[in-house]
Parts: sequence; structure tokens; C-alpha cells
Amino acid sequence: MALYSEKVMDHFRNPRNVGVIEDANGIGEVGNAKCGDIMKMYLKIEDDIIKDVKFETFGCGSAIASSSMATELIKGKPVSDAMKLTNKAVAEALDGLPDYKMHCSVLAEEAIRSALEDYEKRAEKTAQ
Amino acid sequence: MIYADNAATTKMSEAAINTMISVMNDNYGNPSSLYSFGQRAKEILEGARVEVAALIGAADPREIIFTSGGSEADNQAIMSAAALGKKNGKMHIVSTAFEHHAVLHTLERLKKEGFEITLLDVHEDGLVLPEEVKEAIRVDTALVTVMYANNEIGTVQPIREIGAICREKNVLFHTDAVQAIGHLPINVSEDNIDMLSASAHKFHGPKGVGFLYAKKGIKLTNIIEGGAQEKGRRAGTENVPGIAAMATALKEACASMKENAEALTKHRDRLITALNEIPHSALNGDAHKRLPGNVNFCFEGIEGESLLLLLDDKGIQASSGSACTSGSLDPSHVLLAIGRVHDVAHGSLRLSIGEDMSDEDVEYIIKSVKEVVEYLRGFSPVWRDLMAGKTPFIL
Repeated sequence: MALYSEKVMDHFRNPRNVGVIEDANGIGEVGNAKCGDIMKMYLKIEDDIIKDVKFETFGCGSAIASSSMATELIKGKPVSDAMKLTNKAVAEALDGLPDYKMHCSVLAEEAIRSALEDYEKRAEKTAQ
Repeated sequence: MIYADNAATTKMSEAAINTMISVMNDNYGNPSSLYSFGQRAKEILEGARVEVAALIGAADPREIIFTSGGSEADNQAIMSAAALGKKNGKMHIVSTAFEHHAVLHTLERLKKEGFEITLLDVHEDGLVLPEEVKEAIRVDTALVTVMYANNEIGTVQPIREIGAICREKNVLFHTDAVQAIGHLPINVSEDNIDMLSASAHKFHGPKGVGFLYAKKGIKLTNIIEGGAQEKGRRAGTENVPGIAAMATALKEACASMKENAEALTKHRDRLITALNEIPHSALNGDAHKRLPGNVNFCFEGIEGESLLLLLDDKGIQASSGSACTSGSLDPSHVLLAIGRVHDVAHGSLRLSIGEDMSDEDVEYIIKSVKEVVEYLRGFSPVWRDLMAGKTPFIL
């Protein structure tokens, strides 16, 4: 039996939306190198829609796959939908993760949320 | 496929497989049975004992106790020394911070029973200093246990010197030689070893079999109670095919040890030189006092599991001390013991090469590791911050 599902391996080998958005208006980073996982999400939001999303990840195979899947799940979606993204949805979309790797999907959810919060903070600042 | 995880396990040698099959086919009797068919199995068993004893320089074959492997041998050696110590009011054990868990977890158990454990520093180069062993020994020290060669970083310890100190201080000395037996010349008499653990599958023998050498006069405590096998020191019907195959494998390994070591050392040193060219990388453990087939590196800015998975995609099997490969949040205790901080310990790679490796294989590994490290750094936020000068490089 393989360590990961085919889906996880696909997203690990060919991660979607890898990289940086230079003019991102929402950036979130979670995790720390001490624990072995860091995820950074870049969002470009226009008219309340996630026009573009990119990620950078330092971590294991499932951390990279979870980041990739999370970006796929929110790309093109309204901000309100993205706010509802759960780690469970990320893990399910990957056809499951081993129990001890579920924290990778949690990290992906937190990274997206952190980037969205950053976007909202910036939006409030501009409104003031 | 390029198998570079020989420290995890090795491929069985053809001769060992043949021995095993022939014993299973033709001599499947129980060595404890009195009829001649059983006694033939007994002869094979005792023949293997004589052979193994001679190959490690033991004075008497009765000093060899066959076990299920290295972990059982480690457990029995330590528990026996502890029981003897306890009887004499000696409740202190000296060991090192980077022992195998078969040793460390047994010591933790003894700690709960009231033993005091001193774990020696292994320094940045992964080497124990004999003078520090000397300083650590007290009047109530029951045992010194130091591994022969480390299983992750391959550093070879000054066993003979440590043994001499223990002899001088009249303290029992055990060494976990699981990674060293069959790869380095070992002679328990010359090396001043009282007890030694070994495992067959690390030298092209079968899994699930190993042995404990215990010098005559050391009373052993049973880990497995039951019948009178192994002179009452280890119950259970002997794994005769496995034991016979282990003896065959050890004989072969010892016979070709010198040329194997030369070939492996050449490949090892080529790998070390080439991987050192990767920026912000570092070899773990002393470059020379290490097993002929062991290469262990840390690469800053990447994580070990993803490195292993991508190498696997390229047909290379290796190992890492990252947390993700250990199933816990902490990276390898060995890398932490030599002073690697968590951040870089997660990005480790162990290549333990075998005798069948070709020059082309070595070059392919070098090319692949360089590619994968560069690729993973390409989208690592840690690497981006390092390159941007936001955080300082550690390596």
C-alpha cells in the first residue's frame, strides 16, 4: 500500500498554483520551520472574487499537496466561500490523508484564512 | 531502482538464501528433539554458533546467544547488566545521546525503576570522547553502553579505547554493533567488549534474526521465558534456517570486508564531495571516522520527506531524519544530538550505499539530489527568506 493516495501524489508531483503574486492584496503565512512545515499563501482579490492564488510551502509531501489542493478549491470563488474552506474539505478532495498527516490540511486551511484576514485588514485600512 | 537504504536493511545474499532454503527443505527438525533428524538441526545450529563466534573473535561459542534481532539483543544486554548492578547496589548507567531507540527506550524503562542514566555528549562530529567516558564512570556504575557505529550518521566510535577504560574501571561494557558487524573488522577480545548486539539483515542475512555476544561469566536475564533453548537464556524454538543463513552471510561479509569497504569508501567520498557543492548544505558526522557506505547531509530550506518522495520518483530509495518520516513532531534525536537545530534537521538525507553500486549510479544520485534540492527550494518560503536576507543562513 502506498503512503499517500494517487490524488495526494498528483498534487505533490505537479503542484498547482506554485509561486508568488507580486501585487497580492492578501498574504498569509502559517507554521514554523522548527516543526517542519511552513505555508505561505498569496491572494489577488478583485470585486470580492479570488482572481488568483499562489503558494509557497516548506514541508512534507502532504503539506505541499494540501497547499496545492487548497488553492484549487478557492480559485475563482467569492471571498465568503473561501472563508468557509475547512481542512476536512481539503483532505477529502485529496481522497484522504493518513491520520498523522491531517495537520497538513489544517495548516492549509489556516494559511488561506490568514491570507483572507490580511486582505480584509488592508481593505479596512484603505476604506479609512 | 537504486537502493541506497542499506542501513535500514540489506538484500539477502544468494548464498544466505540458499542456506536458508536448504535448511528449510532438508533439516526442518526441532533442534530440541532427541531423534537423529532433530539432532541434525541441532548440529546446524551449533555449527552456526561456532562460525559466528570465530568471526567476531569470541573465545567460546557458548558466548553467542541467538535472538530475534538487534533490538532484543540490546534489551537483553542492558536488562542483564542492570539486574547484576542492582544486586550489588550499582544503579548508574553510562550511554550516549544518539543511541538507537532499542537502547534509549530500555534505559528510560530502567530510569523509572530507579536507575540513574548519564547520556554522554557526542559532539558536533558525532564522536564520543573516551576521556568523557572515563569521567562519567562512578563507583556505582553498572554498565557503559556505546554503539559501535551510529545508524543515521555512520560515525564509528573509539570502541577499543572505551572498552579498555571499562576494563580498567571494572565496569561492564556493551556495544550495539548492528551497523558495524560485517562492515568493520570487529574482534570482541581485542576490542575489550563484554557484550555486543548484532542483526543479520544489516549484513545481507535474513530479517528477524540476530545475536548477543556475552562474555563468559556474565549472568544473563531472560527477556523471553519458556523452554531451555540457548542454555536457558532465551526461550523459544530456534530459528534454525535464519540462524544458519546469518552465519553464511556473516562469513561472506567478513571474507570480502576489505574490498567492499574500499569500493564503498570511494563512492561515499565522491558523494560527500559532490553533495558538499550544493550551497548551504552540510555533512552530518565526521567525514572519515564513518561507515564506508554512509552519507548523511542536511540541506537548508527544504524538508526531508518531500525530498525522499521525489527521489523515489527518480528510482532512488533513501532515508531522512525529518519529523515527517519519524511520525513525530521532532526530527531525528541523532541530528539534534550533534547540534543540528530543528530547522535544518528536518532537511536531512541519509544515503547508505551497498556493494552493488556502480560509478554511474553514484553520478545519477548526485545529479538527482541536486535537481530535487533546487526544485524544492524553488518554492520554499524558508529558502526565499534566507535568500532575501530576512533570516540568517544556519549552514
